[in-house]
Parts: sequence; C-alpha cells; structure tokens
Amino acid sequence: MAPTPVQHHPPFQPFFAAQRGAVLRLLVGMVGPDDAEDCFQETFLKALRAWPPRDARGRLDSWVLTIAHRTALDLLRARGREVATGELPEQPVVDEDDRVLAALDADELWRAVAGLSPMQRATIVLRAVLDFSHARSAEVLATSEDAARRSYADGIHALRGLVDRNELEAGR
Amino acid sequence: MTATGFDALGARAVDAFTAAAVAEGLADVAVTTIATPVGALLVAAVDDAIVRVAFDVEDHDEVLVQLAQAIGSRVLEVDTPVLHAARTQLDEYFSGARSTFDLALDMRLARGPFRLEVLALLPAIPVGSTRTYAELAAIAGRPTAIRAVGSGCATNPLPIVVPCHRVLRTGGQLGGYLGGVERKQWLLDHESRLAS
Repeated sequence: MAPTPVQHHPPFQPFFAAQRGAVLRLLVGMVGPDDAEDCFQETFLKALRAWPPRDARGRLDSWVLTIAHRTALDLLRARGREVATGELPEQPVVDEDDRVLAALDADELWRAVAGLSPMQRATIVLRAVLDFSHARSAEVLATSEDAARRSYADGIHALRGLVDRNELEAGR
Repeated sequence: MTATGFDALGARAVDAFTAAAVAEGLADVAVTTIATPVGALLVAAVDDAIVRVAFDVEDHDEVLVQLAQAIGSRVLEVDTPVLHAARTQLDEYFSGARSTFDLALDMRLARGPFRLEVLALLPAIPVGSTRTYAELAAIAGRPTAIRAVGSGCATNPLPIVVPCHRVLRTGGQLGGYLGGVERKQWLLDHESRLAS
C-alpha cells in the first residue's frame, strides 16, 4: 500500500464523524450515560480548540480517546467519589464471550461495568468494545502495557464474579 | 441487543457539541448536505455567508479537504442560520416556489479579479434565459476574453446559487459544467418551466 500523504491541516469533520462513536462508548463506560453527554461535548471542544493536533504524531483516535479519558477522570474527581464504587449493578450484563460487550447499548454497557474501577472500565471498553490491543489501550490511558493488561483481566474477572453471584441469588 | 441507546444519546451529544462549538466561534467553516433532484449538495458557510456549493460528483470528502486548506481546518457539520436559509431556499427553488436566491455570498474562493467580475454578472441573467460565453465577455468589456469567461464559470465556487449554468457556447451547445452536462441541462429545463 502506498503511504498516506501527510495532511498538515485535515478537516475536522471527517475525524469527528470517525471518532465520535468510540469516544461516546469510552465515556459511557467511564462515567455512565447521564454524564457522558457533557463529557462528550467537553472532549470534542478540547479537540476542536487544539485542531489541527500538533503533538499527535501517532494516531488521531488515540489522541482524542486520551482527551476523553482525562475528561472523564476530571469529572470523576469532581464528583468527589468514584462512581458506583461498592454498589453492585442490579443486572450485570456480561457473557462468557467478552465480545458480547461490544453489542450492548449505552445503558446495558454501563450496568455491566459500573461496579468496576475507572481503570478497569476504561480498559474493558477499549479492549472488548473498541477492539484495541493492550499496547494501544496503554497509550490512550498513559500507562504501561502490563498495567493495562492486568487491569483488563481483573475487570473481566470481577464481571464474571458479578454474573455468578447474580445467578446464585436468582436461584439458577 | 440494539444500538438505539447509543444512537439517541449520540445524536443529542453531537447536537450539543456542535451548537457549543459555533457559540464559541470555533468553526472556521460550517457545512451541511442538502438532498436535491440533482443529487446531494454540500453547502459550506463562513460566518453569515455561503462560500461553497458542491455537487456530489466533486466528492464531498475532497471538498472538505479543499475547504480546510483554503479557509481553515475547523470544518464542522452544523446547521447555522445561513445554512438553514440556504436549505430552505434551495428546497423552494427545486420545488418551483422560488427562482432567485437571497443569501449573503462569500466569494473568496473565486480566484482572480476578472473571474470575480464574470461571476458578478451572472445573477443578472434572467431565469429561463441564457447567454453565451462571448456575450458575457462583451458585457464584461473584454470581448476577446471568451476563454477567461469560460474558466470563470467553470471555477464558480457557488454553482446553482450563482447561475453559471445559464452560460452556453455560441451556437447553443451546452459547454462544460462542474456538476456534469446532464445537470446543466436539468437546471435549464427546470428554469424554463419556472419562467413560463
């Protein structure tokens, strides 16, 4: 394949159209559907103010997801508590096949991951919903690949635990 | 499992973001797409004036790249007041309820003073009639500049709204058109119905 010519000033709109779905999913997974809308607006306003990105030598999707992740963390800090920590979602929606997470709608995705830590939520959305490698998740989250992999594994393990518990309680 | 939860949430979030971006003055160029009988038109605006109308055969993605290079890269799809007015007036034009446009025009993409002068003459050609490139060159005071008139029409950044389709070759041949000759003929047929 021929190398893509470098565009120094690409138009914002195609980038926005291509990235808005992934950004929304990461934000719903991080802060829930109610606050995701405000975080979405803030994320893309930051991206638009910085456009065209000068320091995004790598991929534009990693760049904007990093902005989204920081925006979500700011909101979680501003809330003064971590969302839903210790509160188990009533109906965790998860399957043996992690990929089922990718098919969930906003409320279902949030119900499934709300009981996890922000880092676990972020790695699960990136890996299981957006199909990122652990290396690329680590790039977005400004952490090491090992930490991203561990966080993802712990999160998935916790999700399975929630499902098992719910099934026991339901007498199944 | 459906994605409707994301679609509704996403549509609201996109509207809120684009409205906030415009309110903050962040959009260099606002664009919208309008469905018409001659195909989808991309209409672009800077502030309160339209700056570009593009046929789908021009490849709208490519037009966005051109707009980013010529004007500014913060190109955003959003309905501003002037784009809303453009949509209404184009709908009226194609449905036969309107024959002329009342929109503020930004001619910055028309390069060169003579081309600009040529484009300024076009709205004076009445709906339902045509001129030749030679006649237009004479009106512009440069009767030998027929090719320059042709290139002025061919590079019209605001087709339909600035009616370059009303200029033909001497002898009645259609001449070229950015949107394709069949669209030029369609517009002329439409306007002859409007005028009658």
